[in-house]
Amino acid sequence: MEDCLAKKLEITVSEAEKRTGRNAMNIQETYTAYLIETRAVESQSEGQCAPVDSLWRRYSEFELLRNYLSVTYPHIVVPPLPEKRADFVWHKLSADNMDPDFVERRRMGLENFLLRVASHPVLCQDKIFYSFLTQEGGWKEMVNETGFQLKADSRLKALNATFRVKNPDKRFTELKHYSDELQSVISHLLRVRARVADRLYGVYKVHGNYGRVFSEWSAIEKEMGDGLQSAGHHMDVYAASIDDILEEEEHYADQLKEYLFYAEALRAVCRKHELMQYDLEMAAQDLASKKQQCEELATGTVRTFSLKGMTSKLFGQETPEQREAKIKVLEEQIQEGEEQLKSKNLEGRDFVKSAWADIERFKEQKNHDLKEALISYAVMQISVCKKGIQVWTNAKECFSKM
Amino acid sequence: DTSLAEANSFSPSMPISPSSMINQYKFEDEPELRDLFIAVDDPESHITAIETFITYRVVTKTSRGEFDSSEYEVRRRYQDFLWLKSKLEEAHPTLIIPPLPEKFVMKGMVERFSDEFIETRRKALHKFLNRVADHPTLTFNEDFKIFLTAQAWELSSHKKQGPGLLSRVGQTIRAVASSVRGGVKNRPEMFTEMNHYMETFSEKINTLDKIAHRIYKEEREYFNEMKEYGPIHTLWSASEEDIADSLKDVASCIDKCCKATEKRMAGLSEILLPILHEYVLYNEILMGVLKRRDQIQGELESRVDALANKKTEKDLFSEEIGKLEDKVECANNALKADWDRWKQNMQCDMRSTFTNVAENNLHYYEECLATWESFLASQTVDFHVEEDSEDRP
Repeated sequence: MEDCLAKKLEITVSEAEKRTGRNAMNIQETYTAYLIETRAVESQSEGQCAPVDSLWRRYSEFELLRNYLSVTYPHIVVPPLPEKRADFVWHKLSADNMDPDFVERRRMGLENFLLRVASHPVLCQDKIFYSFLTQEGGWKEMVNETGFQLKADSRLKALNATFRVKNPDKRFTELKHYSDELQSVISHLLRVRARVADRLYGVYKVHGNYGRVFSEWSAIEKEMGDGLQSAGHHMDVYAASIDDILEEEEHYADQLKEYLFYAEALRAVCRKHELMQYDLEMAAQDLASKKQQCEELATGTVRTFSLKGMTSKLFGQETPEQREAKIKVLEEQIQEGEEQLKSKNLEGRDFVKSAWADIERFKEQKNHDLKEALISYAVMQISVCKKGIQVWTNAKECFSKM
Repeated sequence: DTSLAEANSFSPSMPISPSSMINQYKFEDEPELRDLFIAVDDPESHITAIETFITYRVVTKTSRGEFDSSEYEVRRRYQDFLWLKSKLEEAHPTLIIPPLPEKFVMKGMVERFSDEFIETRRKALHKFLNRVADHPTLTFNEDFKIFLTAQAWELSSHKKQGPGLLSRVGQTIRAVASSVRGGVKNRPEMFTEMNHYMETFSEKINTLDKIAHRIYKEEREYFNEMKEYGPIHTLWSASEEDIADSLKDVASCIDKCCKATEKRMAGLSEILLPILHEYVLYNEILMGVLKRRDQIQGELESRVDALANKKTEKDLFSEEIGKLEDKVECANNALKADWDRWKQNMQCDMRSTFTNVAENNLHYYEECLATWESFLASQTVDFHVEEDSEDRP
């Protein structure tokens, strides 16, 4: 693997803090700021701890960074940010952005984002990214100075291209379908998981009611009292255990969510291809029509209906000099057009090649990560089962002594 | 005696689950000492011009001398059980007569003649007869014997005999009179304690019954959501190549756990819910028994009070008073003995029921654990195979 930033620099998003300040419209608002800490890796091998640099960033700055990267590297599947608002919550989780659990999970998601960018062979070399990590003041201005917003394709343009493109590379079309399917199935999975979590919470918590009843009942029993009382305690333990269990499951859900959002990044690359291909097709079409015009002027035949042709028929033809001038202009345009077409073709092929290389890299990463996520899910379930076995073994012993 | 041993297995048409067979043998008598085996099974619908009703087959196998035969098979309807219970209460006012399943189900979830309702009722009727059979006194009750052995027409004619309306009216009058008097004056400490015990116990059992139903409901809702969870992974696997197998394996694990949770639910509804319900019904029975004992003592006390004013002729009534005193002593002793027996049975029932519930949950978690562990084992094997293939140039 190439030497990427992640190997030279240790990056963490270590803290989150509530802040109040004035936003762009001078309105008071509350937001969360995240502390990014970086430390050079090399000097650690000497047994010394390198100094830690740190700066604070808020979510909107992360968004700005990502937008910049998406526009600047359209052939790259740019890692997604964690969700802006809490989605797929089960009822005990808060949908509030200020909720400490949500903030904590977002902190981890942002750290994950930075690590993904830092370990990407292309993205990690970007100067703006490096400044994001290391330069507190003036970073926003630096990003805006790159003028990346101008390079961004309009959504409308992209939509138009998607509908009208005639010969996109089939692999991108397939990839688009795949990303739609991926998004749909992961959304569905996360929704059902949230409902299952809700129900599981109910099952565990209801068992907590045993504790009090057993305790009160044990007061009137002589022989059964001890067994009831201690069994009740175990039921309390059982009921309490669900909170940690579900918190851990949230991390698993976050892993899946990352790939849910990656689907959009994949689609963005496909859209760029379609845009470039459409552009190319339009340029080729334009060139072909100019060539035809030129030929018609040169030979004097009108093969296609044109308003010019009609008006010249009605109001008289042009002079030979006028015609010569037109032909010359057209020939210049045709030459320009051919050069443009050539470079567009080249651009398009380069794009497809580099995009597809990154897509292959992404696919490997996705397969590896998702497989690991499934394994970690199994590990979690095993731990839940072991806890359950322990509690019910203890409870069984108490009951058998009643 | 091989017929006794065979009596345990009953007829194949009877759907006794292993857990209910265990329940039968929780009674204080050792199975080998029992000489009366009863089973209730085979519900059948009967439609007449006037009504529709269900009869149950009652099969009795016995080695007792008082019985003319060693095997009986009769059909009884719910009304007949009600009759038996009221006869037992009449004959033994201070004994704890086991509960019968209710006439109607208030919850409204179960229809009157749905299969679920009939099966629940059948099991409860089976329990009732066996509890009566195990009771040291009730088991020799004459009406009980007739119930088990008489053909339908014999039972009908027998029902028409006996005390009947007037004696029931008399009982009610005495009950009203005693409560008007303000209850018993010198109730022995022991029975006051029993009253206090029952106050708390009935409260706790009612709460437990509610908790158990809540747990069942929550487990069922969990099961319903889980049913949808596995298939999504299978759907996903259709879009994938490399991870398709892992996804399918996860789907199958989730489905297995889903089945395990269904078993857990079934266990709860077969083991815990019926027992708690029975003890909820026992609340009323026990309170009733304590009241009747009070009434009997009340009779004595009111007679004594009435005669205290007539200083003369005391000797004339000493026999009457003596009889009443005997009655009170008998009632107290009977109740005390039966109370101890009931408490022992209750402790036994609760111990085995909750132990079963714990075991049920244990099996559930053990099954799920095995499922996920085997998934994990298969995944790490694949992982190592993949890593090896990457090392090759």
